[in-house]
Amino acid sequence: MAVEAAGRPRKKSGAASLQSWLWRRRWLSSALLLTPPLGWFLLIYIASLALLLVTAFWQINFFTTQIEQVWNLDNFRTIVSDPTYRIIIGRTVALAAVVTITDAVIAFPFAYYMARVASRRIQTLLFAAVLLPLWASYIARIYSWILILNHSGVLNWSLQSLNLPPADIGYTNVAMWIVFSYIWLPFMIIPTYAAMERLPESLMEAAADLGARRWRAVRDVVLPLALPGVVAGSIFTFSLTLGDYITPILVGGESSGWRSLGLGTGSTFIGNVVYSNVGIANNVPFAAALTMIPVAIMTLYLLGAKRLGAFEAL
Amino acid sequence: MAIHSREARHGASAKSALRPPALRLEGVRKSYGHVLAVAGVDLTVQEGEFFTLLGPSGSGKTTLLRLIAGFERPDAGTIELAGRDVTSTPPHLRQTNTVFQDYALFPHMTVADNIGYGLRIKGIPKAEREERVQTALSMVRLAGLDKRKPNQLSGGQRQRVALARAVVNEPEVLLLDEPLGALDLKLRQEMQLELKRIQQKVGITFVYVTHDQEEALTMSDRMAVMADGKIEQIGPPVEVYERPATEFVAGFIGISNVLERNGIRFVVRPEKLHMLEEGQEPRSGMTVESGIVEQVVYVGMSTRYIVRLDRGEQLVAVRQNMDAPGQALRYEGRRVRLAWVPGHTYVLDHQRARGESALSEHDTEER
Ligand SMILES: Nc1ncnc2c1ncn2[C@@H]1O[C@H](COP(=O)(O)OP(=O)(O)OP(=O)(O)O)[C@@H](O)[C@H]1O
Ligand SMILES: [Mg+2]
Repeated sequence: MAVEAAGRPRKKSGAASLQSWLWRRRWLSSALLLTPPLGWFLLIYIASLALLLVTAFWQINFFTTQIEQVWNLDNFRTIVSDPTYRIIIGRTVALAAVVTITDAVIAFPFAYYMARVASRRIQTLLFAAVLLPLWASYIARIYSWILILNHSGVLNWSLQSLNLPPADIGYTNVAMWIVFSYIWLPFMIIPTYAAMERLPESLMEAAADLGARRWRAVRDVVLPLALPGVVAGSIFTFSLTLGDYITPILVGGESSGWRSLGLGTGSTFIGNVVYSNVGIANNVPFAAALTMIPVAIMTLYLLGAKRLGAFEAL
Repeated sequence: MAIHSREARHGASAKSALRPPALRLEGVRKSYGHVLAVAGVDLTVQEGEFFTLLGPSGSGKTTLLRLIAGFERPDAGTIELAGRDVTSTPPHLRQTNTVFQDYALFPHMTVADNIGYGLRIKGIPKAEREERVQTALSMVRLAGLDKRKPNQLSGGQRQRVALARAVVNEPEVLLLDEPLGALDLKLRQEMQLELKRIQQKVGITFVYVTHDQEEALTMSDRMAVMADGKIEQIGPPVEVYERPATEFVAGFIGISNVLERNGIRFVVRPEKLHMLEEGQEPRSGMTVESGIVEQVVYVGMSTRYIVRLDRGEQLVAVRQNMDAPGQALRYEGRRVRLAWVPGHTYVLDHQRARGESALSEHDTEER
């Protein structure tokens, strides 16, 4: 064969022909590249989600606390019919919404300043300020908030030295609102910043050129064009709040101090109920069914976000 | 109609001959770090004039335009619009509008909303706004595309939307930064005519940036040639082309044949050179020099002959392609004589070449 090929003017070397063979089958190399992560994703993530879904249709024997693989809809029926759970779901969604709005309102001007006003150096500093807390342990950051907010904490101490009445917000839903807004804030700032960073400066100049003051240009140009970034950030803040159970346990308390947010009293959230059903009541099927609620809400949320172009902004 | 006709504007300017110029720059400088982008520019543009800034890449044209629009503050000098000092006025308060090099259309707004944005900010009522947007749209021949988004338009259409968005506000001065740079030759030539038509119709002062010398020559009432942040020459196209003030201008506009005889440097344009064949005699009074045709370049409508003179310099001569195709190529390597009328040459005056005072004097004597 070599003899036969030698006469040809455009004989390919082995490596080159392998490359062109691969080039003609580009799907092959991407398939090879994607197999490990995809395999991991399918096995670990989708499989456990599926298992969770299946478990939700099982039940528990209350005497032996053993899972019985009996197919039924009792868990879901309880969640829908028992007003306690409806209130808990409503409260959790409301908290997630309030946290998301708070973060959006704080993140927007912050990201605007970072992306479009600050010098390079300040930009780097702010980036570090946004990202550094993510390196610290989540629990440590929550505890530091407890130290600030609790009855004899830094907040009340400061108020006292100013001769103001103490704010009793430690271990309340207000505390949870503050802590959640704080810990998820970077997840809102970063996609909003990314969306703003991408806007060409000439768009702002064009708005100014046509007579718009700065705030007007921000409202008419930056806000609509950065909105997909905000929506992308809200996916994180919303879903992380929906699913979290540590903050309610550590920061939440009994039922006071919810006045301002008008969501009724009580500080039980989906996360708490799931946690206590897994850890204390050992009713894994019910916990699984309850977990399906945030999953379903997030699915709807993601569909809505997709329509707003949030995925292009990520 | 919302847009003034040229007659209306000219009638007004004829009444008051003392009206201040639409734009006046005095000693304007701007540097970025240690790059001197605009190095002291004096410039006066009259109302209704089509004024072009021409210069090679990096000569400071965009920077000058951004200074006029207010996106940059000059380090020194003053900028006046219609007699008002606007040197430290922010862009949104200046009576200028810009057609950006990259169009800068708002991607989330429809064509109509883009064009109407300036009017909306001015608080023009909706009905009038819509009427003016429609007028502007048909002026740039885009009627019917008002509901589209910018990304659903071709490059040429976007350019026209950008133009309409600026023109509809009837600014004192319209600033255009290489607005036709991205278009193919044919569309560019069409748009050149269109721009000129629009400018004559609405009578707005145009300050037009380009690095295309042909565009500058065909469109401008007057033009300024820039190099290294300075203005080399200001004048009507004919004057700049026929009587370049400096060697740089001569070289940048058209093909420059620079010769030095008896200590005088002068320019002979290629089309002014007669190429004589053996036996042909020059007309009386012509200067004649001989040389060898080194290269023949076919350029479609005409042919360029690159001739090496016996005295060493290289000259380019141009002839219309009136003969059968291919005839011209026979000339390669032949001995020829080049003849020209001394009156058709232009002496490069070195005193005037770089002297800024001479330049501004030249500028004011223009009108
Ligand atoms: N923002 C900036 N920072 C630093 N230097 C700049 C900046 N803008 C322009 N310059 C420099 O100033 C000089 C003039 O630039 P300018 O953009 O005005 O040129 P131009 O004539 O418009 O060129 P072109 O035809 O390529 O658009 C160049 O040397 C450029 O590198
Ligand atoms: Mg430029």
